[in-house]
Amino acid sequence: MSDIVDYGSGMWNSLPPLVQYVTIVTWKVLFVVIVVMLTVAFSTYFERKVIGSMQARIGPNRVGPLGLGQPFADVLKLLIKEVVIPSRSSKFLFVIAPLLTLTPALAAWAVIPLNDWYVVANINAGLLYVLALTSVGVYGVILAGWATNSTYAFIGAMRIGAQIVSYEIAMGFALVGVLMAAGSLNLGDIVRAQAGGFSHWFLVPLLPLFFVFWISGVAETHRAPFDVAEGESEIVAGFHVEYSGVAFALFFLAEYANMLLVSALTAIFFLGGWASPFEGWLFLDNIAGLAWLREGSFFWLAGKICFFMYTFFWLRATFPRYRYDQIMRLGWKVFIPITIIWIAVEGVMAWLQVGPWAELEIV
Amino acid sequence: MNRAISYIKTFTLWELFKGLWVTQRNFFKKSITLEYPDEKAPQSPRFRGLHALRRYPNGEERCIACKLCEAVCPALAITIESEVGKDGTRRTTRYDIDLFKCIYCGFCEEACPVDAIVETRIHEYHMESPGENILTKDKLMAIGDKYDAMISADKAADAPYR
Amino acid sequence: MRRTAKEIQMLFHAIVFYCFSALLIVASIGVIVSRNPVHAAMFLVLAFFQSAALWILAEAEFLGIVLVLVYVGAVMVLFLFVVMMLDINVEVVRKGLTRYAPMGIAVSLLMAIEMVQLIWWRSETGNAPMLFQPYPEGYSNTKSLGSVLYTEHVYAFEIAAVILLLAIVAAITLTMRKRPGLKVQNIAEQVAVRSEDRLRIVKMKSEKKL
Repeated sequence: MSDIVDYGSGMWNSLPPLVQYVTIVTWKVLFVVIVVMLTVAFSTYFERKVIGSMQARIGPNRVGPLGLGQPFADVLKLLIKEVVIPSRSSKFLFVIAPLLTLTPALAAWAVIPLNDWYVVANINAGLLYVLALTSVGVYGVILAGWATNSTYAFIGAMRIGAQIVSYEIAMGFALVGVLMAAGSLNLGDIVRAQAGGFSHWFLVPLLPLFFVFWISGVAETHRAPFDVAEGESEIVAGFHVEYSGVAFALFFLAEYANMLLVSALTAIFFLGGWASPFEGWLFLDNIAGLAWLREGSFFWLAGKICFFMYTFFWLRATFPRYRYDQIMRLGWKVFIPITIIWIAVEGVMAWLQVGPWAELEIV
Repeated sequence: MNRAISYIKTFTLWELFKGLWVTQRNFFKKSITLEYPDEKAPQSPRFRGLHALRRYPNGEERCIACKLCEAVCPALAITIESEVGKDGTRRTTRYDIDLFKCIYCGFCEEACPVDAIVETRIHEYHMESPGENILTKDKLMAIGDKYDAMISADKAADAPYR
Repeated sequence: MRRTAKEIQMLFHAIVFYCFSALLIVASIGVIVSRNPVHAAMFLVLAFFQSAALWILAEAEFLGIVLVLVYVGAVMVLFLFVVMMLDINVEVVRKGLTRYAPMGIAVSLLMAIEMVQLIWWRSETGNAPMLFQPYPEGYSNTKSLGSVLYTEHVYAFEIAAVILLLAIVAAITLTMRKRPGLKVQNIAEQVAVRSEDRLRIVKMKSEKKL
């Protein structure tokens, strides 16, 4: 047995360092992508279950035990369906648009720290990278709407383009508050700045920014009540009206991957990421079997992500769709002023050395 | 004052949380879904489903071709042709109901003086090829013969209220 | 000959650099030759991406990501909006191509000569490193940029910000005009409405049976 291990490690060590590095990174990326994809698949199932429960229904329960096979049945159905490409469409852009929505949604996961050490790319400007990629995601949708050569799709694309660009600003300003409090653009450092239990999370001092960020996140992923881009009662299905089969599945995946991403980001920026809410409860150490509650781990992050995913479904089950001009008003006239005011408040507090920013290092 | 309260309500998202609370409350309530092929909702004996033509207990067909049902049918779904038979009674030679036209109002059943045409409780039926939507006299009689027990029981159950 | 790790890294670096540069040039050519304005805009997006990648390759990750964030994420989206909404006839625009071509070629030649001159001169005098030199571990482009921007160039930075603010205010003032007879909704009023303002619940006794 040990011979095999020695042989394996010997082979591994004989590889050039570049190959070793590429292999490790590839496995890390694959792990994250597979976990995200599986979570996306099951979040479609849980969405239908949760909304079903809220409407006194059951939800999917036919495929497999408790209907847990439903996501796979859906995927299989979409895979074997024909992809219809409209004859007057711009074919190349039509085909590439779903990929352009999915790629940024997955690529942003590169900088998301899953726990203290697991992050695919530990880069300094992680927060900016996330912002850049979420804003790139809009291209797929706009191009899909334009390339389809349908009025419904085009109206949907125009709506969502304006919506995402507007809410991007509020989101960015909310993050300015976060990075002022954390003093770093690295997502891992932002989580580490919130160490010390839930009273140290940025949720407490940045409560308005948390709400602005979260609601802007819902708007960015064009989920209900901000789903005017799809608006099935007005413009059929919006930008993906002509998409079928795998191409539609990619849009679907991208939407859920984006939801997951926004949930993870909110957890990291405002709820201390992988940190435990009971970190400050020292007495837990004395109780046998409860000491692990103080340790930060991936499961705390997963729990927080699950909560926000649930909130996504909850919002969808509760609120009717916004009217388009109200969406624009909310973004520009409410959220942006709130964020700017709160950043100013934060700046004054940091300057006067009060509140949680007292220890902030001023260079 | 009202304005201040409304501002506070707006910025604390009061109404939104109230709405969320409503859905959350329903989340914990038991779902009322009936899993249809496995569970079925109770039916009334007056249920108006597929049609049938009945016979008397001695095997004689009830219909006397009075055409009252054809006259009363609001959807013009019933077509009747008749002639006098060998025994001197008037009998239908053709009694067609177009199920695509029929609106299942039950007027034919109400109009019938001899309780010949009835609507049974059968509602799980389908057609596979064009033309099957026309229920001919033979089919109607066959349905009546097959479900005679059910039809008689329903009639008996409903009789006190007529 | 076995290469050292450092050499392999340099080689890899060079390969990546030339790949991105080639793509950048292809995309830039695509911007001017594509017949469809939307395709041209998408080529421009690709060009921005490639130059952002080149910047990141030079360890200026802040500039690279901000290029994507600002130009790709916001400016080009608005640009695409305009291009999609307007029905631009490229053929008409193209008509002057041969007439203005000599002028354009002259300007681009001039720019090319200037750049070559500058790079040539700097490499001659030894001011520019011929090979890419990695920064030491822990160097943050964002931090160094910030510390320069808010100390040395703070006035220029603030003036630029004020000018941009002025531009925003000017643009909004130009488009804000009250047309007479225009029916618009006051959303703030609509949102602030309460049930008591619109709904009157009347309690009345049930009527007596005659």
